[in-house]
Amino acid sequence: MRKQLLLGDEALALGALHAGLSGVYAYPGTPSTEITEYIQQSALARERNVHSDWSANEKTAMEAALGASYAGKRALVCMKHVGMNVCADAFVNSAMTGANGGLVVTACDDPSMHSSQNEQDSRFYADFAMMPCFEPATQQETYAMIQAAYEMSERRRIPILMRLTTRMAHSRAVVEVNDEARPQNEIHFPENPRQWVLLPANARVRNEQLIADYASFEDDAATMGFNQYFEGNDCSMGIITCGIAYNYLMEQFPEGCPYPVLKIQQYPLPTAMIRRLAQNWNRILVMEEGQPMVERRLVGVLPTTATISGRLDGTLPRTGELTPDSVRAAVGLEPRPELAASQVAVPRPPALCQGCGHRDFYTALNNVIAQYPTARVFSDIGCYTLGWLAPFHAFHTCVEMGASVTMSLGAALSGVHPSVAVIGDSTFTHSGMTGLLDAVNAEAPVTICISDNLTTGMTGGQDSAGTGRLEAICRGIGVKEDHVRVIVPLPKNYDEMERVIREEIEYKGVSVIIARRECIQTLKRHASQKSK
Amino acid sequence: MKQDIILCGVGGQGILSIATIIGWAALDQNLHLKQAEVHGMSQRGGDVQSNLRISDTEIFSDLIPKGECNLIVSLEPMEALRYLPYLAPDGWIITNTQPFVNIPNYPTIEAIEKELERVGRVISLDVDAIAREVKSPRSANMVLLGAAASVLKMLSPELLEQGIAHVFGRKGQALVDINIEAFRAGLNAAKK
Repeated sequence: MRKQLLLGDEALALGALHAGLSGVYAYPGTPSTEITEYIQQSALARERNVHSDWSANEKTAMEAALGASYAGKRALVCMKHVGMNVCADAFVNSAMTGANGGLVVTACDDPSMHSSQNEQDSRFYADFAMMPCFEPATQQETYAMIQAAYEMSERRRIPILMRLTTRMAHSRAVVEVNDEARPQNEIHFPENPRQWVLLPANARVRNEQLIADYASFEDDAATMGFNQYFEGNDCSMGIITCGIAYNYLMEQFPEGCPYPVLKIQQYPLPTAMIRRLAQNWNRILVMEEGQPMVERRLVGVLPTTATISGRLDGTLPRTGELTPDSVRAAVGLEPRPELAASQVAVPRPPALCQGCGHRDFYTALNNVIAQYPTARVFSDIGCYTLGWLAPFHAFHTCVEMGASVTMSLGAALSGVHPSVAVIGDSTFTHSGMTGLLDAVNAEAPVTICISDNLTTGMTGGQDSAGTGRLEAICRGIGVKEDHVRVIVPLPKNYDEMERVIREEIEYKGVSVIIARRECIQTLKRHASQKSK
Repeated sequence: MKQDIILCGVGGQGILSIATIIGWAALDQNLHLKQAEVHGMSQRGGDVQSNLRISDTEIFSDLIPKGECNLIVSLEPMEALRYLPYLAPDGWIITNTQPFVNIPNYPTIEAIEKELERVGRVISLDVDAIAREVKSPRSANMVLLGAAASVLKMLSPELLEQGIAHVFGRKGQALVDINIEAFRAGLNAAKK
C-alpha cells in the first residue's frame, strides 16, 4: 500500500485501472473531466494500452464502452450529469443487454450548478433503468467502490452507475492505494447471446429477468458493506445520509453522532435497513446531495406515522448543494458566530480571455446584427456562452449541446430572419452535425457560425473531434461549397468578417461560417511544449 | 490540532499551485488533508477559491464551515473580503495588496483597506513587488505561500520548500530555485 493525494475523480480513475480497466470512453464535462485525463497521463494505462482518447459525445462513448463490455473487457464511461441525457438511450438499454465485461458508467452531478445548466440527479437514471448505483462519501471509498463495482458488474452481469458530485469529484484527500493491479480481461463473449439482440421477443424475456435480478441488487446493497447502520443514544430522530451528506453530518459531531444514522452509498435502497431505522424513531431526517429522491420515496403520497424531514419540508434548502452550515441548522445546532458578509466585495463573473478569438467573432457579429432589428441569435454550450455577459450581450438563447443549430432551424422555419446559430467546434461535432443535416434537408435560411478554436476550451483544452475537417464535414452533410466560408477572427479582419457574415445572412439557404483561430490558452501551452 | 485555510484569488493567478504544494507537503506527515476546489467556468477570470483543511485527526467535511476558517490566504485584496463569514473569531487574513481589476465596478482601495481594518488580524503584502525584487515576477503566488508559511503551524517551511521542489521539479532546477527564492522572500517579509 502507498499513499497518494488524489481528487475524487483521480481516485476513481486509479481504482478503475487497478481493477483491470481496458478502456475509458468519455466526452469532457465539469466536474468529470479529470477522470479521463488521469488515465491519459497514467504510465500503467500506457503500459497496458488502455484506450483513453476522447469520444465525440456521451452517446458514442456509452456505446463504445458497451461494445468493449460485449467483448469481455472492463470499460468505463465518464460524463457530467447532463451527459446522461445525451447517452440515455444507450444507457437505459445497456441494462437490457446487461454487461459481459465489467461496465461502470460515472456521472458527475453538479448541485449548485457551479458549471452547469441544471441540478439533475443521476440516481434517477439508475433507478428507472433498474441498475445498481454507487455514491461514495470519501476519496478512499471511491477508490475501493469502483473496484467493487467492477466485481459486482461481472457477478450480476449488469452495468453500474457511479455517481459523484462536485465536492467529491473536485476535492483531494490522502488515499491508500494498492501496489498491484488486477490483470485485464481476455476477450470472451456473452454466455447468453440472445440478450444482446433487443428484438421485442428477446427484450420481453430479458425485462422479466432484469426485474427478478433487481431483488438481488438490493441484497447486494444490504450485504456489500457500503450501506452502514450506526446505533445512537438520542431517540428523538433517525438520520439517513446519502453520499457526502454523511461528511457534513459528522462534521457537527466529531466525537460521534448521538442519533442513529443510516449511511447510504449503494442503491437500490436498502429497504430493510430503512425499516429498521423507522421502527424505533418517529422522525426521520433525510440528507441527500442533489434532488430529494430518497426523501420523496419515504414521504410517498398517503399519510405515514413517521415525520419525514429533509429538503421537501424546508429542514434543508430545496436547491443547491448541501453545506456543513445547512446541515448544522438541520440537526438543530446553533450557528457558529460569523462575520457579516462584506459589501465591498462585488461579484467577479468569469469572462472570455483577453485575446480570445470568440471575442473578435462576437464583435464582428454584433456589428452586423445591429443592422437587422429582427435578428435572433441562438448560441450553445462552451466558453463562448460567456458572450451573453457584458460587453457583448451577443445572443438570445443557450440551452444544451447542439441546440443552437436546431433552434435556429425551428425559428427560421417559423419565419424568423435572420436566424443565426453560434456553436463551438467541439459542440458542433458533439451534437450539431445532425441538426445541420435537418437544416440542409429543409433548405432553411439559417446562418450557422462555428467559432472554431481547435479545442474543447471550457473544460481545459481537450482534443476536439473534428479539428481540421469541419469544412469537409459541412460539405459532406450537403451545405453548398460556396456557402461554407472561413474567416479569421482578429481585429484587423473586422471588415472582411462583417462582409462575409452579411453576405451569408442575405443568402436564403443554409450557410456555415467557420471563424477559426486557436484558443489562446492551448496556443500558449503548445508554444511552451515546443520550446522544450 | 487542525487548520482550515481558504486560498483565494482570480482565475489564473496560481491559487491551485499553492494548494498542490501544501497538499504534497502534508502527504508524508501522517496528517489528514482535504482540499476542495472548483474547476471549469470559474477559471475564466472569475473568482476562484480552494478550501484546504489539515488536521491530525479525521476530517469529515470537504468544505470549511462558516466561522471556522483559521486563515484566508488571498492573491487579491478584494477577494480576501469575499470569505469573511467563514473566518474564525481569531482567524487571520494574509493578502496581496495589488488589486486585479477586470470588472467595471471594482471598489476603491480605501474601501478595501477600511474593510480589512474592521477585521484587524491582517498581514498585507505587495507580493508582486516582492516577486519583482527577487527577479521572479511570475512567482508572486510563491511569495504569498512564503508569507502564509509564517502561520502554517502544522507544516514547516523546509517541508513546503520540498513541496515546491517536487511540484516544479519536472520543469527544471532553475524554476525550482526561482520559486524557492520567492517563497523565502515572502516568509521573511511576513516575519517583519
